[in-house]
Amino acid sequence: MALLTFKGGVHPYDGKDLSKDKPILEILPKGDLVYPLSQHIGAPAAPVVAVGDRVLVNQKIAEAGGFVSAPVYASVSGTVKAIEPRLVSTGSMVNSIIVENDGKYEEAELPKVKPLEELTREEKINMIKNAGIVGMGGAGFPTHVKLSPKEPEKIEYVIVNAAECEPYITADYRRMLENGEKLIAGLKISLSLFPNAKGIIGVEDNKMDCVKHLQELAKGESNIEVMALKTKYPQGAERQLIYATTGRAINSKMLPADAGCIVDNVETVISIYRAVAEGKPLTSRVVTITGQAIAEPRNFLAPLGINFNELIEAAGGYKSEPQKLISGGPMMGFAMYSTDCPVTKTSSALLAFTEDEVSRYAETACINCGRCVSVCPSRIVPSRLADYSQNNVPELFEKWEGLECIECGSCSYVCPAKRPLAQAIRSMKKTVIASKRK
Amino acid sequence: MSGLLNVSSSPHVRSKDTTSKIMMYVFIALMPASLFGIYNFGINALIVIAVTVGAAVAAEYLYEKAMHKTCTVGDWSAAVTGLLLALNLPCPYGTENLIRMCLLGILGSAFAIIVVKQLFGGLGQNFMNPALGARCFLLISFTGRMTTFTYDGVTGATPLALLKAGESVNVLDMVIGRIPGTIGETSVIAIVIGAIFLIWMDVIDLRIPGTYIVTFAVFAFIFGQHNLGYVCAELAGGGLMLGAFFMATDYVTSPITKKGQILYGILLGCLTGLFRIFGGSAEGVSYAIIFSNLLVPLIERITIPKAFGKGGEK
Repeated sequence: MALLTFKGGVHPYDGKDLSKDKPILEILPKGDLVYPLSQHIGAPAAPVVAVGDRVLVNQKIAEAGGFVSAPVYASVSGTVKAIEPRLVSTGSMVNSIIVENDGKYEEAELPKVKPLEELTREEKINMIKNAGIVGMGGAGFPTHVKLSPKEPEKIEYVIVNAAECEPYITADYRRMLENGEKLIAGLKISLSLFPNAKGIIGVEDNKMDCVKHLQELAKGESNIEVMALKTKYPQGAERQLIYATTGRAINSKMLPADAGCIVDNVETVISIYRAVAEGKPLTSRVVTITGQAIAEPRNFLAPLGINFNELIEAAGGYKSEPQKLISGGPMMGFAMYSTDCPVTKTSSALLAFTEDEVSRYAETACINCGRCVSVCPSRIVPSRLADYSQNNVPELFEKWEGLECIECGSCSYVCPAKRPLAQAIRSMKKTVIASKRK
Repeated sequence: MSGLLNVSSSPHVRSKDTTSKIMMYVFIALMPASLFGIYNFGINALIVIAVTVGAAVAAEYLYEKAMHKTCTVGDWSAAVTGLLLALNLPCPYGTENLIRMCLLGILGSAFAIIVVKQLFGGLGQNFMNPALGARCFLLISFTGRMTTFTYDGVTGATPLALLKAGESVNVLDMVIGRIPGTIGETSVIAIVIGAIFLIWMDVIDLRIPGTYIVTFAVFAFIFGQHNLGYVCAELAGGGLMLGAFFMATDYVTSPITKKGQILYGILLGCLTGLFRIFGGSAEGVSYAIIFSNLLVPLIERITIPKAFGKGGEK
């Protein structure tokens, strides 16, 4: 039973008006391109080029380092300048291949694609695997792994996560409006991998134009349903989306496949289409550059590896001094201390805020008001869990189901005492999970 | 871009709600009851309220100054404690009585803020409701003065005491509040107006007051008298409404788990019934609430919620 929503959640200011009406603009890089070897969950990719080698657009420059891994492709032609650690938007230094752009955009020859009907299941999954596709909503889990559950016939739903519940980001919104047919085609390819699956596209109802557009496009498709979901953060969190669209509830120890579901983000599904129908590897993605400090907020089709500074410049630069820069959305994104880092497979947006709301408030004592409990989509008790984290009591943290936290940040958002609840829970979660691995 | 950037863990946005805003709403929500108390009992009520609130704020300020702690007077919580205590005091008649009652207000406020709240760590750390802790302290120490209710210049029994003695009462007067009692407890209408405001502003919900009132009504019907007039009088009388909406819902001293809140409401209803019907006094709300406050950690321990996807609420 689909309820089209979930219990809990918050309604932060959505800020999407800044960039929602700006069509996707293709941008060509000027400076060097940086390709981190870890743009995904799993083993880092292994370089297959050496310093000094010439590379072409769509050429594989690093291959998957294991089953749970993904290859990396060049988005420009040029020369490999270095292979060295570089800063990425999450704040860490990651070994990366640096390519000097020669501005010629010479393309490597792509393998011939067979018509879709002639491809077998294994061939399709292989094409997705070889294209380097990972979950582009932010998690970066290799898509071919997700599409290879133990029992494919038990998958009943392939769900496209088109909620885009993070405030400000409009990348998926533009994709749906401008490339809706590719999205439907990509979903059909995913559905063809699972004999008993039905397709669902879940869109928040603040994007009714997308809902109508996609419904129009999917008119002839009897096994694809476009669902308008209640606009509420975190509607696009995997567990919440599955519940809203299918009524099935999963916990931290389960995979969506355990509930007969596969969930992929809009950008990922479009990449699947490009890989299987056009034979193209993953070399670009849509990135929203927005926020109060950006002169002309925009949505770019950005080549992977491009420096964020080039995108900021293309968006007119800063119109006022930014106080905080965020890679991703304001609820789950990463604060950046430098914009000198590359767009990766999981970069959905860069936000430049003129004021940091976090530093505006000082933390005060918890008054036990229970707002965090009301908004927690995992139905746990954030204020207690944060106490157990700060007082270092892992046993009670586990007893109060701390490991079920999805780190959506709704508790920190709503807390009137401005406690960094999600941060505290996140750090204890890491400690507990690490101690279990031992 | 020249300045340094702020870096912190997500989320990077915050709601506009703050503790002081919530406390201020509670203070505002107590205004109808306070104003009715002043209208009902006269200018002396206003003086008692002003002195008690002032004393609570001063106690918090002086204690924090003396202990070199951050001053939290601005968060309105001391003011709310003082106001709640004042609304739980009887209104005195005559200058001498007024001075004595004001001294009780000051003593009570100091006890509430320093002993019940600050000594246990300040805001958020107190194990029982400070205002009620102070009221019970005064009730035990100054029983006579705390239970002498004068109305229209006549000292008499409260409707609840009359009810306990088996006499008849006028329920309509009780709902409006034209009866003897403490300053803020008499008018059901004024209290409910404030409560509706708090529910509207999302400060409280009906989980605790609802289960409390319903449980008490059922208890009174079963163990008191099997007639609705009696139950209505019990509901409208004494501190039940003020207690249910403004003191049982005190965040710090009530359970944070949803199931725990229901259990807490049921416990309050049963205890209030027990104290009122089987106890020596006609009143029972204050003791029921502070007693239940002490059980909150235990209630929470047995009501740890199940997580989403693990059989928990969806």
